[in-house]
Amino acid sequence: MGGRLRTRLTPYALILPGGLWLLLFFVVPMVAMLSLSLQEGDVVSGYQLTFRWQTYVDGFTNYQEQIVRSLWYGLVTTVLQIVIAFPIAYWIAFRGGRRKSMYLFLLLLPFFVSFVLRTISWKFILTDEGLLLAPLKDLGLLPQEFHVLGTAPAVILGLTYNFLPFMVLPIYVALERVDPRVVEAARDLYASPVQVFRRVIFPLSLPGVFAGVLMTFVPASSDYVNSELLGSSNTFMIGQVIQRQYLSNQNYPTASALSFTLMGILLIGIFIYARVLGTEDVLKVAAR
Amino acid sequence: MNQPTPLDPALVRGMTQRRLSRRDALRISGMSAAALALAACGVKGQGNTTPTAPAADAVTKFWAGKTRNGHVDFANWPLYMDPKKPELKKFTDETGITVTYQEVIEDMGPWFAKVQPQLAANQSIGFDMMVITNGLQFKQFVVSGFLAPLDHSKLTNFKAHAGASYKTAAYDPGNAYSTPWASGITGIAYNPDRIKTAPTKLADLWNPAYKGKVGMMSDSQELGNFGMMKLGITPEKSTPDDWRKTAEELKKQKSLVRKYYGQEYIDALGSGEVWITQAWSGDIFQKNVSEGSNFKFVIPEEGATLWTDNMTIPVTAKNPVDAITLMDYFYQVEVSATLAEYINYITPVPEAQEAIKDHAAKATGEDKEFLQAVAESPLVFPSQADYAKLHYYRDFANNAEQQEYQGIFEPVVLG
Repeated sequence: MGGRLRTRLTPYALILPGGLWLLLFFVVPMVAMLSLSLQEGDVVSGYQLTFRWQTYVDGFTNYQEQIVRSLWYGLVTTVLQIVIAFPIAYWIAFRGGRRKSMYLFLLLLPFFVSFVLRTISWKFILTDEGLLLAPLKDLGLLPQEFHVLGTAPAVILGLTYNFLPFMVLPIYVALERVDPRVVEAARDLYASPVQVFRRVIFPLSLPGVFAGVLMTFVPASSDYVNSELLGSSNTFMIGQVIQRQYLSNQNYPTASALSFTLMGILLIGIFIYARVLGTEDVLKVAAR
Repeated sequence: MNQPTPLDPALVRGMTQRRLSRRDALRISGMSAAALALAACGVKGQGNTTPTAPAADAVTKFWAGKTRNGHVDFANWPLYMDPKKPELKKFTDETGITVTYQEVIEDMGPWFAKVQPQLAANQSIGFDMMVITNGLQFKQFVVSGFLAPLDHSKLTNFKAHAGASYKTAAYDPGNAYSTPWASGITGIAYNPDRIKTAPTKLADLWNPAYKGKVGMMSDSQELGNFGMMKLGITPEKSTPDDWRKTAEELKKQKSLVRKYYGQEYIDALGSGEVWITQAWSGDIFQKNVSEGSNFKFVIPEEGATLWTDNMTIPVTAKNPVDAITLMDYFYQVEVSATLAEYINYITPVPEAQEAIKDHAAKATGEDKEFLQAVAESPLVFPSQADYAKLHYYRDFANNAEQQEYQGIFEPVVLG
């Protein structure tokens, strides 16, 4: 009896640390944020909970442009990443041979340096009179006022660079699992190399691509560091708006409401994406 | 998820029909628990929104039992003291009080947001003295009761040497909470290598030829003031209608603006990111001195902004007596003179001009020229005619007015 009770309780005991963690660092802050988003007031006289849903409407209408821009940057980043990451992952998985783990390590090496530092390095490289542009300008190949920093391509470049491993790794894992015998079978059945790729390898890599998209699109569209460092006032992303509303204007309700709006949009987007892409459960795929 | 969820219809039915099942009861209690949880997450304010002079006994109450501890943590802006800190060394020699000097303040809004939670919780912010600009956040600090009322019996140098105009500042009558560190002018700085015709007007910041190379400030008062002066509006007397008109004018400029900066505008100017920018007078001087650059600073024809940065003591300071001793020390004529020679901002001590002239007389060669230039610089000792062109920030009567102002200018920066 006692033994059976113990077996019954074991899963709960195992989930306890994780559950407490989630409660403390996810549920509690979320409730606090939800509450903040419905409050009214200012930092000097204090905020009161008045269930003002209008903040959500105002936030969305005032910052629609930045929300759309963020999703657009996120989308472009994700597509670019698939294009760049797929060949890398493919090459490592099928041609890496014995050195596979070294190539993976090399891929991850730059990421041992802080995210912000790496982005600042890009700022140094790309700055108007810096390493890259100064010589070109001196040679007269570019006009003096030409600049890369402060433009949308600079921000997208930063985003693509910073989240690349999160696209490469899941695709690599998916490709790595492809049984070489399946490929051999396709060849035996007279499939051309292109057909092998299109009809066998690519479909089998899709779960990886799917997970990669999740892991890059979401952080890329809510990122604020890249636009802050590499962008300008014309590349403002929603993450920056939220950051400023919190840390510069002390407009906590608007900042919280915008955070929830962004979360809502991303969640809805992901579920639609999951539905369209396949019948597989989103969470199941993400967990692979 | 953005829809308000009124009561569950099934629940309403249950309640009107007086058939409260156990499950419904649980649901109600669950709901109210959730509502309670939401309400418990409120952000406490200070409950007082109009600035008040400190109560008569506030000074005695605050300073009672406070003693000297031999150390001060001082938070200041960058480019506000010779990096070798000669003034602080001299202070330690004179008094035995050590000073930790940190250049942590770069923008008023973020600074207030950063220290507000600690101050509201009555906790130390890690600093005993901080330099804050007159304006929006200065008022927020005062009305929130975050600043220690100053004991003027401990400020003898200030009484003897500070200029008369600095003792009657409208933002802090009678220097109840602050004494001036330095004043400065927000004007236009430019890179003469890139901009051949020297800018003279604010309209030059709207010149399409400089597209992508114009820097403006993210502070809504700095930004608003320039827009208003361009339109010929006197900032101090401006109305909400003026603000809206100004915001439109600033939005027209947006496509030319590289970025809205805090203190980091100076790096952008140095790295060639911007060629022409809103700038603080002394910064440009120090940048040129320390890096051998040749940036120019102009006070535009339409006018420029005058501001004052003030030394204040947070109420939660651990070493307030040491802090007020340091505060008073900066009003020694000799100290204010050497400080002004380095930072090239307007000093609140008029006698410093004579002291700098003395230094110049004793110096030789380049140093002499340099010190003479400082003593005669309109950026350190402006004339009455110069002052006539300078405008303060708009003072706000109350919170609502201030929020309206913020609400109008925020979208320009957050574009």
